[in-house]
Amino acid sequence: MRRITLWLLSTVAALVLLFSYHTSTMGTGGTESSPVAGAVPRPAVTGGPSGDDGAGSVGGGTTGQQGNGTYRGSVVRTRWGPIQVTITVASRKITNVAVPIYPNGNPRDEEINSYALPILRQATLDAQSADIDTVSGATVTSDGYHESLQAAIDAAHLS
Amino acid sequence: MTGPIMSTRMPETAAIPRRAWVEQIMGLPVSIHLRGAALGSSRVERQIAAVFADLRHADRVFSTYREDSDLSRWERGALPLADADPTLAVVMELCEQARLRTEGWFDARRLPDRRGDRLRYDPSGLVKGWAVKRAARHLTGLVETSWCINAGGDVLVYAPAGQPPWRVGIEDPANPARVLRIIARAGGAVATSGATHRGAHIIDPYAGRAATAVRAVTVVGPDLMWADVYATAAVARGPQALTWLADVDGYEALLVDRLGAVHSTPGWPG
Repeated sequence: MRRITLWLLSTVAALVLLFSYHTSTMGTGGTESSPVAGAVPRPAVTGGPSGDDGAGSVGGGTTGQQGNGTYRGSVVRTRWGPIQVTITVASRKITNVAVPIYPNGNPRDEEINSYALPILRQATLDAQSADIDTVSGATVTSDGYHESLQAAIDAAHLS
Repeated sequence: MTGPIMSTRMPETAAIPRRAWVEQIMGLPVSIHLRGAALGSSRVERQIAAVFADLRHADRVFSTYREDSDLSRWERGALPLADADPTLAVVMELCEQARLRTEGWFDARRLPDRRGDRLRYDPSGLVKGWAVKRAARHLTGLVETSWCINAGGDVLVYAPAGQPPWRVGIEDPANPARVLRIIARAGGAVATSGATHRGAHIIDPYAGRAATAVRAVTVVGPDLMWADVYATAAVARGPQALTWLADVDGYEALLVDRLGAVHSTPGWPG
């Protein structure tokens, strides 16, 4: 679980940075000067596997022996409001990232969240994409096969 | 369809031998991956060959490219249905079922032909899933063996108890080198249809023109043929198809709309 804990920490930091960036470019004249990263209390994996992959579900209190399930980080208070990140783990891989609690004090927050979430999710999945077994997609044809992700996966296992 | 696929810790995937075979059939790459202890046996080779032979047979019967396929000959009146390969009548009946199950959004009856100069009967949107699930019967007798068939982006998998699930990446329609999501499956189908598929468009049967409201729809569920049919119907229907699919038992969907936003049914895994 150590890797996942570290990952949650960096994710929360990244999310805070994204909020920070957008807020500062909105010209709302934030006056606090504390560094963004410093505003992040240490997040921790507080839930065990919950037996539910629904985003934002609460850890069930079991221990993390199996590794699968949904984990939630602590609620982190930032100058823009509280943030919480949950991740879903299957076979020791992160399969989803959700942010059930995020600043929603103004309409721009909603917009920022819709922008930041896909970035986080993509970054997570990119980092693990070498571990996929196969690809489902609409564009795989014989013509384009040799440049496809599926071809790379196949090549690794042809005998 | 909710809840983690895995309930106990599984052995490392890397510890189980894995082997792949790829052939180009029906204009599509078809890859079969096996995981298990005895992948070098002649039995395995025979079963793999039987899967590919089944798919090549389906191509000979159903190809819309070949003038000599049973389908083409039947369509121009040169082959009575009763004299055609018996699977032709089976597939035609399934296409009618599919039209009814999708409330008319999957319709093989009037689709543009390759040159776009006339409408023809084209069951291709159903045939691939049907043929792959049928061919997969040759793999079900391999004990203690996981298998994964990927036919041009439509996937059918199986993993016995004690082996890890297959990790299926779902292609980003905006960038096929990337994946949008990863889902772990120990059994069943993952089928994706896109607004532009193999150079052709999915037709909105009610409007009679190419559907453009969504980029891609992925459907997971027990049966590859139905998953693929539902994905194709959902592309034709547009974003509101998610409401319809949410009520279809056993199937869940992920939809990428025209703007690239991702939506899913409430029970989508992961």
